[in-house]
Amino acid sequence: MNRDAIQQLVETITTLTAGRGRVQIMEICGTHTVSLFRSGVKSLLPANLRLISGPGCPVCVTSQGYLDAACELADRPDVTICTYGDMVRVPGSSGSLAERRSAGAKVTVVYSPRDALKLARQTPSRKVVFLSVGFETTTPGSAATILEAAAAGVENFFILPGHKLVIPAMRTLLAAGDVPIDGFLCPGHVSVVIGANAWRPIAQEYHKPCVVAGFEPQNMLEGIAHLCRQITENQAYVENVYSTAVHDEGNIVAREMVERVFTPADETWRAMGVIPQSGLMLREEYRRFDARDALGVSFGPDVSPPGCRCGDVIQGRLDPNQCALFGKSCTPLQPVGPCMVSSEGACAAWYKYAK
Amino acid sequence: MCLAVPGKIVAVRDAEEEQIGPRGVVDVQGSRVEASLAMTPDAHLGDWVLVHAGFAITVLDEAEARETFESLNLALGDEPT
Ligand code: SF4
Repeated sequence: MNRDAIQQLVETITTLTAGRGRVQIMEICGTHTVSLFRSGVKSLLPANLRLISGPGCPVCVTSQGYLDAACELADRPDVTICTYGDMVRVPGSSGSLAERRSAGAKVTVVYSPRDALKLARQTPSRKVVFLSVGFETTTPGSAATILEAAAAGVENFFILPGHKLVIPAMRTLLAAGDVPIDGFLCPGHVSVVIGANAWRPIAQEYHKPCVVAGFEPQNMLEGIAHLCRQITENQAYVENVYSTAVHDEGNIVAREMVERVFTPADETWRAMGVIPQSGLMLREEYRRFDARDALGVSFGPDVSPPGCRCGDVIQGRLDPNQCALFGKSCTPLQPVGPCMVSSEGACAAWYKYAK
Repeated sequence: MCLAVPGKIVAVRDAEEEQIGPRGVVDVQGSRVEASLAMTPDAHLGDWVLVHAGFAITVLDEAEARETFESLNLALGDEPT
């Protein structure tokens, strides 16, 4: 990390935004939210530049109905749930997966969907359900795993699909229009898969600057500086300051894999309702891997815990510390909503770094 | 959850029957992880890749990867995200 370069970028940003009133940049990615806090970048920015967290933490945008279906499956004696770690502690309508695990349910934290498939092959008498949540970065791995399960004829492996697509959610936010957004710091690793060009419709149709950035401090600051320049010049196009990893077209092999296995579908986001074509469902020929069809569960209503404002937080309407429960009845040890559970949740990040 | 970490491919194993693509052993900050190379058909032994949830998702330029990797360390400390 080059301290001089950082200093210079901070100065550039300060100069560009001076005298402009409030400038609001949304970072859509939970990993950006945490990296901006943890690296101290957030504290270097001028006071009139507000970074708002968007709906980009996969755990935070997962609906209560999804979580309840996962819990219902965990309650069955012949089911093993495999999940990314952050999902385990999210409170559902009737307790969390962690509570079920303490009560004897089989809930296993995995690092990769491949681990879940491996477990299914090792334990043929159990039905192994992988909680397949995540954005475009994560979905290709699920697709590859389904292809492998199909090729190997594995019959006891299933996914509970909760995949989300970022761009339809951004369109929903922009269409609602109640939160002024001057530009988007676009998620680096989603962009690795979908490509920098994927953000063009947002820049062009909504006249919002979009800059793809990675996660190290200097790179995030470069992204913010480029955004501020476009904002002051009233421009709106796509820039990519993370070309180390991100190409214009993304990873075509990964995208094709996703297309082979999944097809876009309407999807429920926590407290945002159903967003058209913002999720992915398994294509007909792979539908047997969908735990909903195979094991007969469905997603119930998306009811937020009383008092929890996660929905407003992930849409940039509220800073976490403006929620009445923040730091009082809701803390990382006793979380009320998913935004306080997930290590990438805006509430958890605020609690840890900005309280 | 979209965090991906850079590492260097130190071994490649051919795909076994029913496996989608070859598997690599990737050195990530000194620890070795297995990663599927199914999405990075151009990745070879010695290349740097970004690994996310058990899959290499892109090939990186080595010099740039080293830089990313060093400052990521500083930024993220030893806490996983
Ligand atoms: S502080 Fe807790 S209750 Fe309030 S929005 Fe965040 S997670 Fe929900």
